[in-house]
Amino acid sequence: MAHRTKGGPGRREFMLGAAAAALAAPAVHAQGAVVLRYVGTAVNQHAGIKDKVKQDLGITIEYVPVTSDDVVRRAVTQPNSFDILDSEYWMLKKIIPSGNLVGMDARRIKLVDEITPVFTKGEIAGRRIGDQGTAPKKVMYLPARDGKTFSATPTQWLTLIPTVYNADTLGIRPDKINRPITSWSELLNPEFKGKASILNIPSIGIMDAAMVVEATGQHKYADKGNMTRAEIDLTMRVLTEAKRAGQFRAFWKDFNESVNLMASGETVIQSMWSPAVTKVRSMGVPCIYQPLKEGYRAWAGGLGIPKTLSGRKLDATYDFINWFLSGWAGAFLNRQGYYAAVLSTAKANMQPYEWDFWMEGKPAAQDIKAPDGTVMEKAGAIRDGGSYEARMGAVACWNAVMDENDYMVRKWNEFIAA
Amino acid sequence: MSSSPPEAAASTGRAALLQAAPLALVLAGFFVLPLLATAVVSFWDYTEYSLVPAVTLRNYREMFEGCLTFGPDWPCTTVRTYLSTLKFCLLVWGFTLVIGFTVAYFLAFHLRSDTTRTALFLLCTAPFLTSNVIRMISWIPLLGREGAVNRSLIALKITDQPLDWLLFSDFSVVLAFVHLYTLFVTVPVFNSLMRIDRRLIEAARDAGASGWQILWHVIIPLARPGIVIGSIFVIVLVMGDFVTIGVMGGQQIASVGKVIQVQMSYLQFPAAAAQAVVLLALVLLIIVALTRAVDIRREL
Repeated sequence: MAHRTKGGPGRREFMLGAAAAALAAPAVHAQGAVVLRYVGTAVNQHAGIKDKVKQDLGITIEYVPVTSDDVVRRAVTQPNSFDILDSEYWMLKKIIPSGNLVGMDARRIKLVDEITPVFTKGEIAGRRIGDQGTAPKKVMYLPARDGKTFSATPTQWLTLIPTVYNADTLGIRPDKINRPITSWSELLNPEFKGKASILNIPSIGIMDAAMVVEATGQHKYADKGNMTRAEIDLTMRVLTEAKRAGQFRAFWKDFNESVNLMASGETVIQSMWSPAVTKVRSMGVPCIYQPLKEGYRAWAGGLGIPKTLSGRKLDATYDFINWFLSGWAGAFLNRQGYYAAVLSTAKANMQPYEWDFWMEGKPAAQDIKAPDGTVMEKAGAIRDGGSYEARMGAVACWNAVMDENDYMVRKWNEFIAA
Repeated sequence: MSSSPPEAAASTGRAALLQAAPLALVLAGFFVLPLLATAVVSFWDYTEYSLVPAVTLRNYREMFEGCLTFGPDWPCTTVRTYLSTLKFCLLVWGFTLVIGFTVAYFLAFHLRSDTTRTALFLLCTAPFLTSNVIRMISWIPLLGREGAVNRSLIALKITDQPLDWLLFSDFSVVLAFVHLYTLFVTVPVFNSLMRIDRRLIEAARDAGASGWQILWHVIIPLARPGIVIGSIFVIVLVMGDFVTIGVMGGQQIASVGKVIQVQMSYLQFPAAAAQAVVLLALVLLIIVALTRAVDIRREL
């Protein structure tokens, strides 16, 4: 019960809408050190970055960890409650029309031209990559500072400055499967009955299912990230049949759940996030982040600023964002298996053997260590999926919000009840 | 200054109103108003990012879509979800009543010394010193495929394959609920049992009643208020739950609370409000039915 009332304040404020926005004046600017309230999911809120910012810029970052659902809810209903929004690109389709985020001035972002073309053009090393779903390039630019729609062509106003992104695929337990896995279709292979899992986040779960449907040749989607009602019905029918047949052991919703399912042997194949696979491996349990021939489902996150920001806080936010792209943070994130938005500065902040392992797909010349000193990968190991270009180049689709989102959510609830 | 009797009555009336005002205001502000707002919003329309304050039945229509056409897809999502939730309610209610009553009976009638009784009663509440999420999650390593129970069963040669139904199943959900909520029955029942006049039991025995007859005809009727209060606790908790069903059911079992949570996470507040209104109405109906069975206010 307590969990349900949690949404109360948000909902109330939501209804009061404009009135609340007008009443709540921005916090009084205290003289002295600037404190920036940073709302985002806990996964990206590293103490290491916070400490380094304090040291380099004298800015205090105050992390406000919320779930990814709450990131959207906060941005739409409580734009006064943060100074920096750490959002994912797909969320923008919900947030931007609310007018609560404003475009960032490209002229104030020093390394704006260095941002990887994955975001600006949707290509990598000159090759176009999959753009189904909410690909970042589709929601990267606004026509004006306070635009509520997206611009298809690059402009001076950026929605988010990318911080981290990655290509997601299935995690498997090679010791329990004992044969090569090469296709998404294996997720619903009856051979793994009762030992598979997917995310219980409707918009992501349905895309993983769509990868399976396409892999088994049942249907070819025009856009997996923006299905028609008929396509949603078809995809959910495939999922429902699998669920009724007992294919899934459980669904997971957060990082630790996915680690526990895999490490405890409850599942042997499931959709997963890269650091979760690393975590399972560091527990001494064999686990592979399996590249699949149909490609990856990618996601990307970035930093945005609310319309309420002004004065010193706005300046500090730009300073922070410029700092974020200047290399230290990029190297920090690359070392965790994510990718940074500006690669040149990240490279300068990494040891050559680290860069070779994480970005070039070469065997580790020496042990790869986590920031706390524990060994993540032994010398000689190769990153699953290989190099940056091999992994990001094989992206098939991006996490998305569909036009038929309402319908999809209803169908998902129906699926859970089936 | 003396005041005439009517004035005095009026001023005590005003004083009473003033005394009741703080609680009334708090309840009005933090209970009645949000509830009304929920009811109102349930008739609103919505888009991806905003609420549209126009009266519509869309949320209710979508909730009950397909519920009145008895085709091959029946029951519809909503009915299916409620049936599943009600099933857990009945199972958990049954188990917690039997176990809770037994424990309370033991504490109230079998223990002679007040010290032991207090000590054991406190012992019952000890698990509540940890969070209920932790108490629930600690079942997972126990019941898992490679968990302690399965390993013991295999070692004892009772089964040669690990039992999958121990975890992420109806069984594990009911087990966790019973574990979490039995105390909510034990405490009010214990309270009722302690108030029973022991001479009634002696009189029944003198009149030749057997132990079962005393239990059935004397103790249980007198423990009715405790049983009803405990039942209300358990039913309300299970009806509104989505965390326990989610975690122990491996997120594969539907619950009304989960539906509401998913809708809220997609900013579909009106749809969630409509679900909440229907859930509230149903729970109120159950409580009315239960309080019909016993007049709690009179019996307390």
